[in-house]
Amino acid sequence: MSRIEKINDFVVRFANVNGTGSASANNLFAMAIYRMGVPVTPKNIFPSNIQGLPTWYEVRVSGRGWLARRGGIDLTVAVNGQTLVQDYNEVLPGGYFLYDSTKRLPDDCRRDDLTIIAIPLTQLCNDAFTDPRLRQLLKNIIYIGALARLLAIDHAVLTAAISSQFAKKPQLAESNLLALEIGSTYVRDHFDGACGLRVEPLPARGETILMDGNSALALGAIYAGATVAGWYPITPSTTIVEAFERYANRYRIEPETGRKRFAVIQAEDELAAIGIAIGASWNGARGFTATSGPGLSLMAEFLGLAYYAEIPVVLMDVQRAGPSTGMPTRTQQSDILDAAYASHGDTRHVLLFPGDPKECFEMAVDAFDLADRLQTPIIVMSDLDLGMNDHLSAPLVWDDNRRYDRGKVLDAAALDALKTQWGRYLDVDGDAICYRTYPGTHPGKGAYFTRGTSHNEYSAYTEDNTIYRRGMERLARKWETAKRLMPAAQATIRDAAAAIGAVFYGTTTPAAAEAIDILAAEGLAINMLRLKAFPFGPEVAVFIDRHERILVIEQNRDGQMRLLLLNEGNFPPAKLQSVVNFDGLPITAATIVNQIRSLLSRPATAGDGNANRGERP
Amino acid sequence: MTFVRPSFRHPSQPTNALGYTRKDYEGAISTLCAGCGHDSISNAIIQACFEIPLEPHKVVKMSGIGCSSKTPAYYLGRSHGFNSVHGRMPSIATGANMANRDLVYLGVSGDGDTASIGMGQFIHVLRRDLNLTYVVMNNGCYGLTKGQDSATADRGSKSKKGIPNPFESIDLCEMAIQLGAGFVARGFSGDKQQLVPLLKAALLHQGIALIDVISPCVTFNNTSGSTKSYQYVRDHIEATGTFDFIPLRQEIVVEYDEGATQAVTMHDGSVITLHKSVSGIDVTSRRHALDLLEAEREQGRLLTGILFLDPESEDTHAILKTSLTPLNQLSREDLCPGAAALDEVNGHFR
Repeated sequence: MSRIEKINDFVVRFANVNGTGSASANNLFAMAIYRMGVPVTPKNIFPSNIQGLPTWYEVRVSGRGWLARRGGIDLTVAVNGQTLVQDYNEVLPGGYFLYDSTKRLPDDCRRDDLTIIAIPLTQLCNDAFTDPRLRQLLKNIIYIGALARLLAIDHAVLTAAISSQFAKKPQLAESNLLALEIGSTYVRDHFDGACGLRVEPLPARGETILMDGNSALALGAIYAGATVAGWYPITPSTTIVEAFERYANRYRIEPETGRKRFAVIQAEDELAAIGIAIGASWNGARGFTATSGPGLSLMAEFLGLAYYAEIPVVLMDVQRAGPSTGMPTRTQQSDILDAAYASHGDTRHVLLFPGDPKECFEMAVDAFDLADRLQTPIIVMSDLDLGMNDHLSAPLVWDDNRRYDRGKVLDAAALDALKTQWGRYLDVDGDAICYRTYPGTHPGKGAYFTRGTSHNEYSAYTEDNTIYRRGMERLARKWETAKRLMPAAQATIRDAAAAIGAVFYGTTTPAAAEAIDILAAEGLAINMLRLKAFPFGPEVAVFIDRHERILVIEQNRDGQMRLLLLNEGNFPPAKLQSVVNFDGLPITAATIVNQIRSLLSRPATAGDGNANRGERP
Repeated sequence: MTFVRPSFRHPSQPTNALGYTRKDYEGAISTLCAGCGHDSISNAIIQACFEIPLEPHKVVKMSGIGCSSKTPAYYLGRSHGFNSVHGRMPSIATGANMANRDLVYLGVSGDGDTASIGMGQFIHVLRRDLNLTYVVMNNGCYGLTKGQDSATADRGSKSKKGIPNPFESIDLCEMAIQLGAGFVARGFSGDKQQLVPLLKAALLHQGIALIDVISPCVTFNNTSGSTKSYQYVRDHIEATGTFDFIPLRQEIVVEYDEGATQAVTMHDGSVITLHKSVSGIDVTSRRHALDLLEAEREQGRLLTGILFLDPESEDTHAILKTSLTPLNQLSREDLCPGAAALDEVNGHFR
């Protein structure tokens, strides 16, 4: 049998039962490797359940800095009897299987290509600790201690992490450190040198953080000066508003009075959640809401109102696997079309596509400025993978000189200075963005009746077809203004002569970049375009036009971004081909490489755009 | 009806304490049917705001969708207004109120807008005790879609179509009392004497103030078989009593017979004095209010006036302990923690 022998390049998977405290132990493992300077990508693959169902935590260790999920398991830590056989079978040939040998391995586990690391975790734990509640938690720490020894993880990093985690509870710190020691000692005595995988410290490559996207979006809302959050709990967006409230309680308490400089309203449903955000924004505060697919569907009516009545609002959509309730705890990029054209009638919405926590933070702040500037909903399109998993990222940066762009708002003095009659929907600057007023501004001027019914330039009701049409045409022109304000798509031309270009966005980015690197090593040059916003800027057409073939890589069945590009741009449909993953797990480089090889083995022909939609030649 | 309102006003028309005339509280000309109860309510709103007095631009008027929700165009032309989507006025009002606690929020809605499509938002805005005057213009039918029964139509009541409503009706006042609303009243669009003081008290109440105003639909639901016709309501109305509302700023001394009145002091010091016509009534008791509503209903009578009042109720801002400075007036310095704090946050993710 040939063992897998790797340094700083492997995948460890933990198979746990949810609700047993494994998450914090597993986080400790990932954090320890991160603190050794080695790039690490943890992915939580968890059930829509609170206690008792299988949950997995996959950690990719990549000294080269590849941050996508890799696929394939080199070492499994199996502590869930329900999935033991499945976990056993899924380890790569030559890999390692660490299990709790307090119970015998089932008879059908007969592979001869695995190294079995049998540790009686329950037994060791019960011998050392008496408190039943603590036992469950400390069993997890024992396997971390064992792993640390197997993989040569710096023991001091782990002990320091535990000491700081339990700084206020020294007794707990002591038990945790003992558990760590028990695991480590057992491996030293029974499995020294049994594992061919190893972590070696690397010199730090610039400042980094390991953060989840939802915390970064919440911080963006804090830094953007958002004060009103209307929300309804829904996985995987819930932790955005929870983090917002936590940070607000830290940074937004009036020192003299203890009163709050924010209001978080947990609404009765998503209809109300976005209504609250819109009402607040209409009244001059920065309001926002966060949701996921089912909530986005419910918010559609209000998004149409905000589009048509031109009210700023920020919506953070953390996408999950649909349709319907779908897989609430699995990831997808499948709300693209729904978000872009949400609501009845002719509507379209600005979308931003962050790719990592730093960008979550920046785009959240930008979203509030853009909403105020464009007086329309701005939807930040995150997903479960970005939102709920920890990602290696550059640190968040704030410029203290940055000022909020509150857009075109007239105060009392500005209203008094007007030479002509003010109209809420009068395009005086030619950019199709009009001036608005907040309630209570002026005793005699600037009041208007906001409505979702057809209105003239002075916001009075009208059924005059010419006036209605004029308003709709102005909104179309405002969309052109929006294009000039969007962050540009980021093109990477690896080979000026390459015939193939790949287009992707958000969390597909690291896997796409890795796949393209793998293919480059095989001699296939592919240029890259990472989309950052909708509407698309002119650079998108420039990129697509310069290539013969475009691969649109994304995480949904129907190739929604490809369809959006076809709908918005003047491109031959057969030229844009879909590379997709939609099984609910984060896309891997291997998936992309395999699909690209298969696509390139055939010429691009009409109707070959997305095989999953039944588009076949 | 006329579509031109003369702009001429008597030169010596009275002004209120803030120097505004009644005209300053008017809006555009109504396009509702001639004789619509809603127009009377609009007039009562104008009168109440003029009399309190409120600064017109410090009032925010909001609505959902339906005949009732068109009315904000017909009053308070100097106030900002928001005609939202069907049944969603409470959420827009919640957000707006959170943004600026210093304005007065007046929401109007209909029975379809509140008791059907907006039921969820209605009951939750009550629970939150938002500082909002919530006026339901209740005609028991869907006017804009030509007279279908609504959820407040009484069982057996017949609209213009002549078919008795087979379903149980929803009593919004009873629901509101059960859900903890601090101010619950019922009015009749045909009784301005009662409606104006009700509105004045509601507008100054801290927290949610519901006024369910029976407002006959002259076109679709003013028939002899309807329980929401002018005639039926006039024949079956029973008031908790007549009452005076005395805003804090006005010193009015009146004397009443001992035992026949109940004075309730509101948050801002204003006083509501109720002249009881139903003996033994206590408008500050929730259980009592519910009993009374049920008892009157058994008698086939429609109880109006103030039904329940909790002078101690706290609005959403008080519950959440938000800043006394309106959130929309906080500066960047108040809101943004700055670069140094962000560095500290980064440190927690290393």
